[in-house]
Amino acid sequence: MRYAETGYNLEIDLATGNIERVETDPKLMALHLGGLGTSVKLHWDRVPPEVKAFDPENLLVFSTGLLNATPAFSANRSVVTFISPQSDTLAYPMMGGFFAAELKYAGYDKVVFRNKSPGWIYLYINNDKVEIRDASHLQGKGAVETQELIRKELNQSKLQIAAIGLAGENRVFTASIEQSRSSASRLGGGAVMGDKKIKAIAVRGTKDVYLARPEDFMEQLKGVTEYIQHRWANPIQDVMTILSGIGSPQEMKHTDEKWHTENFVWGNARTRRRDFWTDEIDESWSKSQHAAVKRLISCFNCPTHCGALISHKNTPRYMAKCFGKLTYAMAAYVDDLDFSWKILQRATEYGVDSFSTPQILAFAVELYEAGILTDKDFAGCPSDKEGRFLWLLDRVVRREGIGDILADGVYFAARKIGNGAEAFDHNTIKKHEQLPVKLGTLDPLYFLMYSTNEKISITQMEGQWPQSAFPTMEQRENFVRDWPQLPDDKFKKYVLDWDIRGEKAIPYYPTPDIASEIVDWMETMHNIDDACGMCCGMSSFCFKPPYHIHNYPKIISAATGMDLDEEGLKKIANRSRNLHRAYNNRKGIRRVDEKPPADHWKKRFPELEEELLSTYYAFKGWNHDGIPTREKLEELDLGYVADDLEKRGILHNGHN
Amino acid sequence: MATIKKKIKVIKVDADKCNGCRTCEVMCSAFHAVPKYSSNNPARSRIQIITDRLEDIWLPVFAGEYTASECSGRNRYVMNGKEYAECNSCRASCPARDLFKEPDSGLPLKCDMCDGEEEPICVKWCLVGAITYEEREEERQDEPRLGEMEIGLQALADRHGMKKVLETVARMSKKG
Ligand code: SF4
Ligand code: SF4
Ligand code: SF4
Repeated sequence: MRYAETGYNLEIDLATGNIERVETDPKLMALHLGGLGTSVKLHWDRVPPEVKAFDPENLLVFSTGLLNATPAFSANRSVVTFISPQSDTLAYPMMGGFFAAELKYAGYDKVVFRNKSPGWIYLYINNDKVEIRDASHLQGKGAVETQELIRKELNQSKLQIAAIGLAGENRVFTASIEQSRSSASRLGGGAVMGDKKIKAIAVRGTKDVYLARPEDFMEQLKGVTEYIQHRWANPIQDVMTILSGIGSPQEMKHTDEKWHTENFVWGNARTRRRDFWTDEIDESWSKSQHAAVKRLISCFNCPTHCGALISHKNTPRYMAKCFGKLTYAMAAYVDDLDFSWKILQRATEYGVDSFSTPQILAFAVELYEAGILTDKDFAGCPSDKEGRFLWLLDRVVRREGIGDILADGVYFAARKIGNGAEAFDHNTIKKHEQLPVKLGTLDPLYFLMYSTNEKISITQMEGQWPQSAFPTMEQRENFVRDWPQLPDDKFKKYVLDWDIRGEKAIPYYPTPDIASEIVDWMETMHNIDDACGMCCGMSSFCFKPPYHIHNYPKIISAATGMDLDEEGLKKIANRSRNLHRAYNNRKGIRRVDEKPPADHWKKRFPELEEELLSTYYAFKGWNHDGIPTREKLEELDLGYVADDLEKRGILHNGHN
Repeated sequence: MATIKKKIKVIKVDADKCNGCRTCEVMCSAFHAVPKYSSNNPARSRIQIITDRLEDIWLPVFAGEYTASECSGRNRYVMNGKEYAECNSCRASCPARDLFKEPDSGLPLKCDMCDGEEEPICVKWCLVGAITYEEREEERQDEPRLGEMEIGLQALADRHGMKKVLETVARMSKKG
């Protein structure tokens, strides 16, 4: 009997149409838990570094997490892994919603796709019955539309469906995978899905998922529930509203966007508009949002509701969450929130990442204004800001004209266009568009997170640490009070000591040593979440979250029957983290690649930055180039990884 | 006839508050697993969230009585401009659909109000308060209760007359 996991993967060979249900090695759970952990292992074993995103050998893996489909609140993430067309590293965007749980109820931990299908297909999983079905009639259909059509076609209202839109079909590098109210957006999973000619995956499952020690598990869940209620009653003070509660940022609920609109930058990550949020804007944006949001909705088995059903005037309905509400309007310099609801509908049907895509469109507008792109490139484009963005979005998604070049993202487009366009690529890391934020003084924590994490997307690796120092001692004392989530009490002192100016302020405080400890803690918690399929909004990306390093081992042990303690759990997370690191090292990632956008902070400190990197690498057990040492790898039972890295000349025997 | 006090258990559904999380389905099925909570499977849950996301429909429905035959016609409701699919507000475990049946055996499921618990499990775990629980007492005439077969026969007798029912039974029993 397998607990928490099902013990089976689905292996689909798209070239031959062969479908196999394969039992997995039960030992893998003890080594990598599940979710991202076991997926990384699978890619390491099966996809050599020569493989590129659009090679048939690139595996596309849809994975559940270890705690999905158990009663654990908010464990609903699907992790999608593949070599990214953008970064050429092992990407792992995730989505909430309902897919992962349904897949587990159908009896599978992962669906592994290899090779390419000759024609458009969708996969239909109904427990043991798995079919590759023709999808030629769905070609060109929107991602939301496709889900509805398949649900009708199969006459199954409880089907959960992940689908791509036109962007994925056309291998746009920022294409997302959409599913109910959620999407796996970053780094081009939709493009890989489209390359394999998979239009959608539909799943229905009606099997049992088992717990090893149900009483212990429910006892732990009771504690989690009480803490959720405690946090509802006690929002964190002195931080911005959307970070005060639990759950992902409550963008669909809160209307006060003063902070984002004035602190995030507009256009192609360019301009800060410090007095944007006037009373009139407040009124018109609130009105627009209240009219558009029909209902707040949650993901599977979660008591909060970060998403919304959007019904804006006569645009077709769709579901939204997170910052898509702001990113298009801000990139286009449009001050009317109605525009957001309109373009977001189109973007959702097309299936594109709403962080990267608006920046690509704004980048094109900048190049046009600078005379690098010309009237010829923009022939037929309306001249108003809104019309221009909608037109550009259409071109990109269809890969028409200049859109074909832009569809590869800012980094590649800048190089293809040339003629000075490279200078406009100022907000990417590892070829991937970043959050549009431009700040003053280098922050050591963010520097490390931006530079070193494999997720590349900053929004999903930060979390439990305040975004900046509190001005008064009273506020600091208030924050550190009741903070059971900390791995060690010494962290409280770091908050108390952290000042807004002077010696104990950024960039020199937290010091490189302290910064390493804090970043490592946050990263470890994200890795545990990603292996468990836990929403980081209820865990690693949340101040004082319901799930943390002290209750996780008990919850996982009760679910699986393993006897995990904190050290054991950290070791597993660390093992998978280092395996992922080594994988990307094998793909070529080195110290030189680990840097934030040049203009992310106005004030930079080259020496300090080098020291931060070196200190963090040493803390992690990595060599000067950011590659795990043999010693570290062996400590984590990854001797075979060290052998491989040595064989490839990435690690050198004897001298790390 | 004597009057007795009867406890009426009511689950109040505020469908507008439902966020579609399906926690109630998870918990109902986990609670009814043997041993308790050892497994879960929403398909076995006695509460089902009828969902049509784009229509803004999230409707918690509780498993009611088993019925051997489907209704002779169907209803389709439109409320507040939302069109609910056929049979959507019905609680029956009915041959016309696979709702409220054990997924493996097909045996009917029926909400037992979690008899013996302080409050229904689904209500306890619906933290947003879309389903809430009330109890009240009603005075009732203590009528002798009819068995299931008696109810059925009584209904037939009411419709066709006792004589015809008896004749039909006699004829049927001869045919074997
Ligand atoms: S907190 Fe929000 S995003 Fe996270 S699982 Fe719950 S509803 Fe989904
Ligand atoms: S638990 Fe409550 S909010 Fe969630 S689906 Fe059930 S009734 Fe709706
Ligand atoms: S009252 Fe009990 S049996 Fe009925 S649906 Fe709720 S949890 Fe299930």
